[in-house]
Amino acid sequence: MSDERKAPAAEYVRRLDAGHLAYQECRDCGHRFHYPRISCPSCSSRAVEFRDSRGLGTVYARTVVHSRNEPPYNVVLVDLDEGFRIMSRVDGVANDAVQIGLRVRLKGIEPGRDGVMPAPVFQPAEAR
Amino acid sequence: MWSLRGRMAIVGVAEAGLGVAPKGWTPMDVTAEASLRALADAGLSVRDVDGVFSASAYYQMASVELAEYLGIKPRYTDSTQIGGSSFMTHVEHAVGAISAGLMDVALIAYGSTQRTDSGRLVTQAKPFAYEEPFRPRHPVSMYSLVASRHMHQYGTTREQLAEVAVQARAWARLNAAAFERGPLSIQDVITSRMISEPLTSRDCCLVTDGAGAVIITSAERARDLKQPPVYLLGTGTAHWHRHISQMPDLTVTAAVESGQRAYARAGLGPADIDTVQLYDAFTINTIVFLEDLGFCRKGEGGPFSANGAIAPGGRLPVNTNGGGLSYCHPGMYSIFVLIEAVRQTRGECGERQIKDVEVSLAQGNGGVFSSQITLILGNGATV
Ligand SMILES: [Zn+2]
Repeated sequence: MSDERKAPAAEYVRRLDAGHLAYQECRDCGHRFHYPRISCPSCSSRAVEFRDSRGLGTVYARTVVHSRNEPPYNVVLVDLDEGFRIMSRVDGVANDAVQIGLRVRLKGIEPGRDGVMPAPVFQPAEAR
Repeated sequence: MWSLRGRMAIVGVAEAGLGVAPKGWTPMDVTAEASLRALADAGLSVRDVDGVFSASAYYQMASVELAEYLGIKPRYTDSTQIGGSSFMTHVEHAVGAISAGLMDVALIAYGSTQRTDSGRLVTQAKPFAYEEPFRPRHPVSMYSLVASRHMHQYGTTREQLAEVAVQARAWARLNAAAFERGPLSIQDVITSRMISEPLTSRDCCLVTDGAGAVIITSAERARDLKQPPVYLLGTGTAHWHRHISQMPDLTVTAAVESGQRAYARAGLGPADIDTVQLYDAFTINTIVFLEDLGFCRKGEGGPFSANGAIAPGGRLPVNTNGGGLSYCHPGMYSIFVLIEAVRQTRGECGERQIKDVEVSLAQGNGGVFSSQITLILGNGATV
């Protein structure tokens, strides 16, 4: 292993900090996946490359968390068009409108703090 | 192939400190109490135990801690912690260890005082870095995501989810040891406090104290003991993911595979099962597990379990103790799933006893539909 190889999570965060949601693609089997790893979970090849997503996807599952101390907020799983899935949130629309099948696009990256990762957040695809 | 059938038996079971533990008792106190009661149930003493199994959110070296407390110097020890399913997985591990001649009598025990301590789930699980920023409420939001997908994909209704809780309550009303025994309607479930859509507080397991213990040994050793042996007919383990964002299809769990393994080992199928005990941390669990374990087709768990089908007098007895939804849920629950499967198979459940039980299935679940373990148990007529 070469010394200059980047730690997967560090490279992922570097791309988030630059405004991009990254995934990895396997050069051997073509599998695309998220979260960042040193090897492909489909074929175990180490020939995995980072790519930036176009940021377009579809809500695969959704919930709205209710709490006594703050307004309800949504939590979704988004299937990105490139073929990987992440947890996220959809902003800019009422929680009730955040339904499975909703087309979404990346709104931006919320900076991380206190050891919490930067967060790629979505908005409805048709929003401007 | 090495055949499990008739080789190993569960010979003692007990709970302790259910609901609210005696004042000032530690989790280890209630665990020890359940252990001593399970040994008494078996007609064995602490001195007979040479294998100790435990897992805990309180004690990192749980089996070592339990052995020290009870004065056991075991020759086999196992603190495997893979979530709420751990204790049923311990059974499979004990089968391996006993068969390999590494020990003779296994004590598997768990206890918690989470209700007394905080009134909420005590857990050592750290949030997953890639999910943490979005603040899902662990673990209910993950099960809510599954429910949302199941409803979307198969038309499962809010009422059908509620019916699972209502039917669990109907069983609990027949179980004097159950924590919640008041009447419960579909409307009550739907209108109770929203936690994480679509699941309300009544779709969620209880937060109680409690401990459970199980004694397992070889069939030979079991023959001379106090209780009729309950034999292990089949076991199966499977896991496909740890985190909900990595679960390939939110409507299909690895119980499909753990179940197939257990059925194959037992030489049985869903039609041979007399009682079904499932880890119902949330109402959606029961629906998904009934599908994955072959009691109905994928997507049909909602209608299959509706209209009293899994309640007392229904077509399939499911969670006859009242389940994690109404009987007890001290953080990790699979030991209690197993205890009820043993009791139904022995035929000692009184008012809630199913007639002529020969075979029971128990399903353990850990994490967020992550680690799955299926055990199939049979009475003396099955071996
Ligand atoms: Zn690959």
